[in-house]
Amino acid sequence: MTLGIRIAGLNKTFAGHDGVPVAAVKSIDLNIEEGKLVTLLGPSGCGKTTLLRMIAGFEEPTEGDIWFGDRRMNDVAPNARDAAMVFQSYAIFPHLDVFENVAFGLRLRKLPRKEIEERVMRVLEQTGLSGYARRSPNQLSGGQQQRVALARCIVMEPRVLLFDEPLSNLDAKLREQMRVEIRELQQRLGITSVYVTHDQVEAMSISDRIVVMNGGVVEQAGTPHEVYARPATRFVADFIGKANFVSARIAEAGSVEIAGTRFGMEGLPQAAVAKDVTLVIRPEAVHLSRDKGDFAGTVRRVMFLGNIAEYLVDVPGAGEWLVDSPNPAETGLFAVGETAHLTLSRPSIHVLG
Amino acid sequence: MFAKARSELRLLARDPILLALLAVVAVSIVLFVVYPLVRVFLASFQVDGNWTLEGYAALAERRLYRNALINSLSVGVLVGLLGVAIGFIAALVLTRLDVPGKRLLHYITILPIVSPPFVSAVSILFLFGFNGLVTKQLLGLQDFSIYGFRGVVLSQVFTFAPIAYLSMRGVLASISPTLEDAALNIGATRWQAFWKVSFPLALPGIASAFLVVFIESMADFGNPLVLAGAGFPMLAPQAYLEITGSFNLSRGATLAIVLLIPSLTAFAIQRYYLAKRQYITVTGKPTASTTKVVSEPVKWLLFGFVVLFALFVTAFYAVILVGALTKVWGFNYTPTLQHFVYVFNVGFDTVKDTLIVALISTPVSGLFGMLVAFLVVRRVFPGRTALEFGSILSFAVPGTVVGIGYILAFNAPPLVLTGTLTILVLCFVFRYVPVGIQSGIAVLRQIDPSIEEAAQNLGADGLTTFRKVTLPLIAPAFFSGLVYAFVRAMTAISAAIFLVSANWNLMTVQILNQVGSGRLGVAAAYSVVVIVIVLIAIAVISTLVSRWSRHTSMVRN
Repeated sequence: MTLGIRIAGLNKTFAGHDGVPVAAVKSIDLNIEEGKLVTLLGPSGCGKTTLLRMIAGFEEPTEGDIWFGDRRMNDVAPNARDAAMVFQSYAIFPHLDVFENVAFGLRLRKLPRKEIEERVMRVLEQTGLSGYARRSPNQLSGGQQQRVALARCIVMEPRVLLFDEPLSNLDAKLREQMRVEIRELQQRLGITSVYVTHDQVEAMSISDRIVVMNGGVVEQAGTPHEVYARPATRFVADFIGKANFVSARIAEAGSVEIAGTRFGMEGLPQAAVAKDVTLVIRPEAVHLSRDKGDFAGTVRRVMFLGNIAEYLVDVPGAGEWLVDSPNPAETGLFAVGETAHLTLSRPSIHVLG
Repeated sequence: MFAKARSELRLLARDPILLALLAVVAVSIVLFVVYPLVRVFLASFQVDGNWTLEGYAALAERRLYRNALINSLSVGVLVGLLGVAIGFIAALVLTRLDVPGKRLLHYITILPIVSPPFVSAVSILFLFGFNGLVTKQLLGLQDFSIYGFRGVVLSQVFTFAPIAYLSMRGVLASISPTLEDAALNIGATRWQAFWKVSFPLALPGIASAFLVVFIESMADFGNPLVLAGAGFPMLAPQAYLEITGSFNLSRGATLAIVLLIPSLTAFAIQRYYLAKRQYITVTGKPTASTTKVVSEPVKWLLFGFVVLFALFVTAFYAVILVGALTKVWGFNYTPTLQHFVYVFNVGFDTVKDTLIVALISTPVSGLFGMLVAFLVVRRVFPGRTALEFGSILSFAVPGTVVGIGYILAFNAPPLVLTGTLTILVLCFVFRYVPVGIQSGIAVLRQIDPSIEEAAQNLGADGLTTFRKVTLPLIAPAFFSGLVYAFVRAMTAISAAIFLVSANWNLMTVQILNQVGSGRLGVAAAYSVVVIVIVLIAIAVISTLVSRWSRHTSMVRN
């Protein structure tokens, strides 16, 4: 029933304020496999929502095609696309109760009353809303409204599910819980899903694949692990998680030089020998010690966050590094001004091309 | 540009029903709003089919026409000023001050809105006319004449101040009283807090209300016809007299154009200049809404003023009711039902006709207004701004102009409509739809578009979305559109007077005829009937709309 989505050469240009056209989405090619949950991740204004709205049919592409399976969707009206969407604002019909909100689409399909009743009740149960069928939307909490919006979509058994920052209006705790629920539901139903968010943690935790967007283009598409461990660009490395960007030189095969210090490293790109590169060093890929390491540095700032301590360490000749130390109680906190020795976890270091 | 229009249309064409509706809306606005105006404009340059500037030359030469213009303008300005002053004070007292009886005073203050526009004219004749209760019976004045400038101004102030009041209420509601608190907090005196904070914030709204009242006053036909008298010509009645009295269509058209220009100018200023300068300082957070800038004595002074106005309004209506039950006002105050008997015997056809016209045009106008609001706010199509402008244009066009336009446009093939029920209904629908459209647009802009997108996303086409989601959501605007359409259909005169016929006559026209032939009692009886019908209708519409919006919220097949 569900279908893959293929996007080819998609462009969207809006008329700007002073008549100057603004490109929101620039020649995007994308293949979303059947049954997968793909996240469009990026800062606000990166074109992710525009892309999603084009998939839903609310925006018309300036150029390019959108395919559901082998059907070209460009000329299909939004109401005929069978791509149910969970809106950022939930967009629950305020004049209808929970049951009627969920039944809305089924009624439009003129299904038999009994079937509607059964399907709605089943979905309400799946989403934990069984007792709320006759509640009016304004009697629901944010999380419950979120569930109504979700229930209203999945009751349609759509070919494609779309999510437009669905959790951004919830508090942190609830967000984590809903994240898990959405992921579980999506996997159980196996509906191809496109999920827009600007929250990288959310994207990492629910996606099969993440599409990182910036300025209307795709910076990188890959599994959560790929985009984190092997970011294609500096933007991706910076946007997903925290990163230290360290200038280095690949002196010879298997050896990297940072601020005059050489040390061995496996898996360096062959082509980059004798070239200057930028290393992406995640804060957790640096180990701090009081007696020995690859470099020595001075602690400039200490933030104790409970499970980790976050340090800013000045490494002479290599700038200031963000370092996360797990389990700070074990070594004792470093003090500002104290000398710290840094050891790099070699496999976690990534060379930007 | 062209390519854009084409792609927009292609998008709309994905929803053929909506495209068809849009076409109907656009064509009907061109045909029933724009085209009649064009005909008036052309006619003002023609005499017996020849092109000429004669009409406008006569305007400059003849003192009658010059005076008519000056009189109309000066009355309009004065009524605008007085109306806004009363409206502002009433709004301030009834929204911001802690005084007793606010609710009752509110309803009394807006009462004139729902009655025929010249009820106050008839009341004024009862009270201050040659045989007036105050002037003759109480004061014994023999040569006092209410006719002319003072009569018209007095009558129009009572008719239109409520409009200013409602609009000032909206303005004050959008200005947060905490700003005054802030001003007082940093050391401003009450007077300074008012003049330097609240008043400047309200000023665009005040100016806007002034222009609305000015437009209404310029367009007013009933009050001047009853109270202006021969010595005080005014544009709207003069245009009517040229056509019905001298059968001079061309001269009438010329006067109509002269009448149209100030109104359109005021409308343009109000809509495209002032509307963008209004401040909204109210945030989502609730604040206590009583003001502290008015001291106790001033508060009671202002309150007294509002009570006085309310008393006047009450007196006007009481006089109408008593007048309707009195044998011959001024001479014989014996109570009688004869005027009502006359209305329901001789005049019953008129009552029936009026009701039929109102009952047909009200739902059409209400739905049409919501549909236009929906299209304008929620759909993109070439000529959207033009459509919005065209649809609310008739708000600024005096009824006299519309009436003349309809005669010119629909008296000859291809569309012969004069003398029919259709022309009255069309006239009312297109004349009174702007208020519904405006409030529909305002309400719709407040509603998250994703709610309608969600409906579409779940499989609803454009029309279904409109019917099942948009309309219930904008029920309050729909309600006010319906009420306005009905009230106006029951009380309209200026355009209708050109369009009534032996077959289809209206009560308002009857009231005017009775006043003209000196039978004030019958006129009063008709007025009472109109007011009662209107009040009943408001109650019925309100019940229907609330039941319907509740019904859609509980739909269970």
